[in-house]
Amino acid sequence: MKKEIKFLCNNEIKEISVKPGTPLLDVIRNDLRLTGTKEGCKEGDCGACTVIIGELNGDDIIYKTINSCLFPVAEIAGKHLVTIEGIQKEQLTKVQELFLEEGASQCGFCTPGFIVSITGHLLSGAEVETSTLTDSVAGNICRCTGHISIKRVIERFSDWAETKINEDENRINELIRLSLIPEYFAGVKEELIKMSSGVVGIRKQTKGTTKVAGGTDIYVQQSEGVTDYVLEILNENIPEQKIEIADGSLKISGLTTMSEIENSKMISETFPAIKEYLKYFGSRQIRNRATAGGNIRNASPIGDFSNILLALGAKLEITSSTKTREIELENFFISYKTVDCAEDETINKIIIQLPGPDFKMNFEKVSKREYLDIASVNSALFAIMNNNKINKVRISAGGVAPIPLYLKQTSAELKNKEINPETIKKAASVAMEEISPISDARGSKEYKRLLLRQLIYLHFIKLFPNDIRAEELI
Amino acid sequence: MINNDTINHVRGISIFADDYREPSGTLHAAVFYSSIAAGEIQRVDYGEAIKSEGVVRILTYKDIPGENQIGSIIKDEPLFAERYVHYIGQPIALIVAKSRHLAIKARKKIEIRYIPSEVITDPREAFKKGSLIAPPRVFACGDTIKGFEESDVVIEGRVDSGGQEHLYIETQGALAIPLEGDNLRVISSTQGPTAVQRAIANVLGIGMHKIEVEAVRLGGGFGGKEDQATVWGVLSALAAYTLKTAVKVILPRGDDVKITGKRHPYSSDYKIGLSKDGIIKSYEVTFYQNSGAAADLSTAVLDRTLFHSTNSYFIPNVKATGIACKTNLVPNTAFRGFGGPQGMFVIESAIYKAAEKLKIPPHVIQEKNLISDGKSFPYGQIMINSTAEKCFSGLKQIVDLEAIKSETEKFNQQEGYKRRGFAIMPICFGISFTNTMLNQAASLVNIYTDGTVAVSTAAVEMGQGVYMKIRQVVARIFSIDISKVKTESTSTKTVANTSPTAASVGFDMNGKATEIASLEIKKRLTTFICDLFEVKEESVDFKDENILIGKEIKMTWKELISKAYVNRVSLCAQAHYATPGISFDPGINKGNPFAYYSFGSAMIEAEVDCLKGTYSVESVNIIHDFGESLNPLIDMGQAEGALMQGIGWMTMEEILFNAKGILLTNALSTYKVPDINYTPRKINIKFLENSPNIKGVMNSKAIGEPPLMYGIAVYFAILNAIKSFRNCVPEIITSPLTPERVLKYLYPSEMI
Ligand SMILES: Cc1cc2nc3c(=O)[nH]c(=O)nc-3n(C[C@H](O)[C@H](O)[C@H](O)COP(=O)(O)OP(=O)(O)OC[C@H]3O[C@@H](n4cnc5c(N)ncnc54)[C@H](O)[C@@H]3O)c2cc1C
Ligand code: FES
Ligand code: FES
Repeated sequence: MKKEIKFLCNNEIKEISVKPGTPLLDVIRNDLRLTGTKEGCKEGDCGACTVIIGELNGDDIIYKTINSCLFPVAEIAGKHLVTIEGIQKEQLTKVQELFLEEGASQCGFCTPGFIVSITGHLLSGAEVETSTLTDSVAGNICRCTGHISIKRVIERFSDWAETKINEDENRINELIRLSLIPEYFAGVKEELIKMSSGVVGIRKQTKGTTKVAGGTDIYVQQSEGVTDYVLEILNENIPEQKIEIADGSLKISGLTTMSEIENSKMISETFPAIKEYLKYFGSRQIRNRATAGGNIRNASPIGDFSNILLALGAKLEITSSTKTREIELENFFISYKTVDCAEDETINKIIIQLPGPDFKMNFEKVSKREYLDIASVNSALFAIMNNNKINKVRISAGGVAPIPLYLKQTSAELKNKEINPETIKKAASVAMEEISPISDARGSKEYKRLLLRQLIYLHFIKLFPNDIRAEELI
Repeated sequence: MINNDTINHVRGISIFADDYREPSGTLHAAVFYSSIAAGEIQRVDYGEAIKSEGVVRILTYKDIPGENQIGSIIKDEPLFAERYVHYIGQPIALIVAKSRHLAIKARKKIEIRYIPSEVITDPREAFKKGSLIAPPRVFACGDTIKGFEESDVVIEGRVDSGGQEHLYIETQGALAIPLEGDNLRVISSTQGPTAVQRAIANVLGIGMHKIEVEAVRLGGGFGGKEDQATVWGVLSALAAYTLKTAVKVILPRGDDVKITGKRHPYSSDYKIGLSKDGIIKSYEVTFYQNSGAAADLSTAVLDRTLFHSTNSYFIPNVKATGIACKTNLVPNTAFRGFGGPQGMFVIESAIYKAAEKLKIPPHVIQEKNLISDGKSFPYGQIMINSTAEKCFSGLKQIVDLEAIKSETEKFNQQEGYKRRGFAIMPICFGISFTNTMLNQAASLVNIYTDGTVAVSTAAVEMGQGVYMKIRQVVARIFSIDISKVKTESTSTKTVANTSPTAASVGFDMNGKATEIASLEIKKRLTTFICDLFEVKEESVDFKDENILIGKEIKMTWKELISKAYVNRVSLCAQAHYATPGISFDPGINKGNPFAYYSFGSAMIEAEVDCLKGTYSVESVNIIHDFGESLNPLIDMGQAEGALMQGIGWMTMEEILFNAKGILLTNALSTYKVPDINYTPRKINIKFLENSPNIKGVMNSKAIGEPPLMYGIAVYFAILNAIKSFRNCVPEIITSPLTPERVLKYLYPSEMI
């Protein structure tokens, strides 16, 4: 199962023959022999393998950082791959200089990943400030510095950039002017356009294939296997419009990435809080790849996005070559990692009925580490009030059952109730009975049960600060 | 001054073991290891695996030409298990294939049957069953019974501290390349090249002179590659030696986490007696160390626990007992602090509990008992040049304790569920290997005819900046630009019989050896100059790459070297350094094991969300005695990195094994270390002023390990925050303080 894959590697066109499912990282290190990109974990959790991918989008190139350890090499065809070697100039860039000056590189193993993450952030066109730059490296782990000096680099860079980067100019030209990337970037668009006609795409496989979208689950769970699989690369068929509002509903393509959801104007207009919640989903590199469909299909009990969607009462549109059907998300999950989805079916769309402006929503997640960690327990609440009473309410809970759980009884318990401490305590105790947590590396079952109670309390403390105070509950 | 090495790091062109351009035809190997924690191997079937795509050979104990043994301190660790397995992860075979991917695929096809036996994971249970690595060790002074009688309060309790995964971002590995004859060259990611060389010679049954082990640089070590890098070097060497082809063994992270040792978990009992006003009169402690299934460095780690069982305090009556308990977990090993943190955590817990009882703040007890010059530790070393009190009072100058106390109280009286707490941690850490023999190092300084210099030492570079500091020593002595000095990678070929780069003394010892070698050459050059210009030594000066007689520039450094060479002056020198004045008698556990001590004091403030059980580090203030730092940027980086590792160890870093000895936190997705969002909101680390260390290189002080122990303060800061919400203190002080444990402490009766 070998085929030609042609792409722009830094400043050079490359054509390679490898199995399409090979992790890009292996190709970079073994075939391209670019050893600046490191392997630290091969599961998306350290960022040492971070590279930048650029692809044409109409008249623009969109750049984003990804974990090359979780990326099927087939998808690089026709794109621009930027590794640490590709951002070198004679002189060090400002980012590199600051790493030296602050002593933010000790053993140096993680360093290329950090430099690439920051440079990728600049290339992505996103805002350049301390918080966004910090977010851009939240998926990079350095064991030597404790990140204290790296934080200083970011603060200094952010100050520097504020006076230097002109937000109104073309970002790539700005970065070249400021010597933050080499000159060749100016010609990349032409190269990609030239190449796009000749690129050998990865033909869609139909029989006996394994679907892969962002790869952030499948490459972790089956790291050694995927290389050899015959893959159906779902991203080969990206719809024109990933997010749309139609028939009073928000419709999200299964292939929408978490980053796209964060940046979507439509979503920030309809459910503005979601962007905030996604900060706690993986890292920037992960969110640039992780899809909504993948999160749902993977059916992990702690899936954050599934959890939010359950509270929103989402439906799925599922398609196969022969038919299209709809199903309530809460009915989609059957038992541990078993879902109502045949092998040849794809989650095409996620449909959320728009609730109108007067709804309340909250999402809570607790994990050992606040960022880039999997929840011990997560929970979302969605409610519509009628004066002082709860008219409509849906609560979900993750990490406390074999599936992402819609708390049916708890939600029913709350319906038509007034917001007061007794109601909430009662609901929480129903929730604690409704779940069936197990003890594992993310906590004992006793912990998870208590934690869910706490998160339910928090929903109300945060959403109804005038009616509920923490002291009344605990 | 920036670290020159890092210029290549930021460009991504620094070479690590796995980046080395391997010879064509290099094979790759994966380790097949025990999947049960204790038992007898009944049958292993390699039939399917050997037929698997790309597999070249599967090696087992039967293929070992020499001795099947790699134990360093105690010979209790076979390279490959033969009949019995003692922990999950114990190597049984090595699969050599065309790629690592293929080797791992083949590994899945090996069929193995065991007769399992009883699994012990708890050190106290091991102790009860008499399963020990070595006989218990006791460090004592005075009379503890009498001390307790003289005390106003006596408190007893138990403290459990968790393990810690090193999580160097570069996993373990090595590449072995056969040379002519049966010689071998091994590129190893090791802190101890000689240990690897020795073990290879033993396993292959050939002379050490035939094996060259080189450590180019390490992508982090933290002690994890001190002893435990050896096995991968030996495995690659065995395969390369057998197959006459280069063989690489690079551990995938999953293997690394599962099959390499970690910081030792401890369970300890203490009894402390104090006077009403907080003077510690007597202290007894028993440490049950969870050593794992083989000795590794456990006995040495345990010794350091005993050395540091009283942290920075002078206590007249002490009895500290250490027991290395053999369990069916992966052999635990060195980790920054080397047992010191475990010892200090117990005494700090004891002080915390005592303070509760005495109704005085812990820092009052801490301060009253700080060791001062002339006082001695239980093992007999008399303190000289203590800066313990200076650092503590210095800390009180940079943080206004009374103000912080009232601010914290004010914060905690607000409505809501956020609470704050703070705690102080003084540290005193002995510098030197506690095994006196290891306190030796060597350096080879070569000046080339163009005036450039290359230095080889026994020190391995793993991010601590030792290469840079060594260059600084040479550049300073000859007064030449740092760019003229290069440090060679660390190889047994250039410097033999090296001690591992560990115990924070890598620079102290190798820097000293370099100083001696450089001064030796300088002396020769000076003599040459004196002869040339017919002047006296006193009038010769090396300054900014010029040679001065009086105030007059006579020639450049480059000209001098060229002339010296023509006149047949040796431009190379080798020097050996053995730390003077140290000795320790392990028979009676008395002596002067340390060249000097490292001191400092920290205050950490934490905030706890008492609904969720989560927390953040609000501020860290530290005064540390760095001596006269040769490179403040590097030293600061060491302090910050160690601090965060200490904070991680105390809080989120949790290693969980189940009763079968299976590691549950076996990936980066379940084992979490501090990330950029977990850094303290405010951090202020100050250098103690005017504190030259006459025992160190150019008055500097070792820095690698000591600041890790500041992290202990975060534990008590969080406990204090919890206390202000719930007014209770846990019965058994247990770390790590994960959000789960915090919630348990907050709602003790509700987590059922
Ligand atoms: C480091 C790291 C951190 C993470 N953090 C989080 C986190 O904080 N919260 C969280 O919820 N998850 C997290 N994840 C898990 C993962 O990123 C998400 O579940 C993600 O949404 C999966 O999407 P994907 O497109 O990458 O899935 P893939 O790996 O491509 O696919 C997963 C599965 O779904 C199938 N599939 C994918 N798309 C479709 C579709 N449209 N229709 C039918 N089947 C499909 C695939 O065949 C595969 O079986 C993390 C993962 C990593 C590696
Ligand atoms: S190797 Fe760690 S994230 Fe890819
Ligand atoms: S510098 Fe060593 S891991 Fe970051």
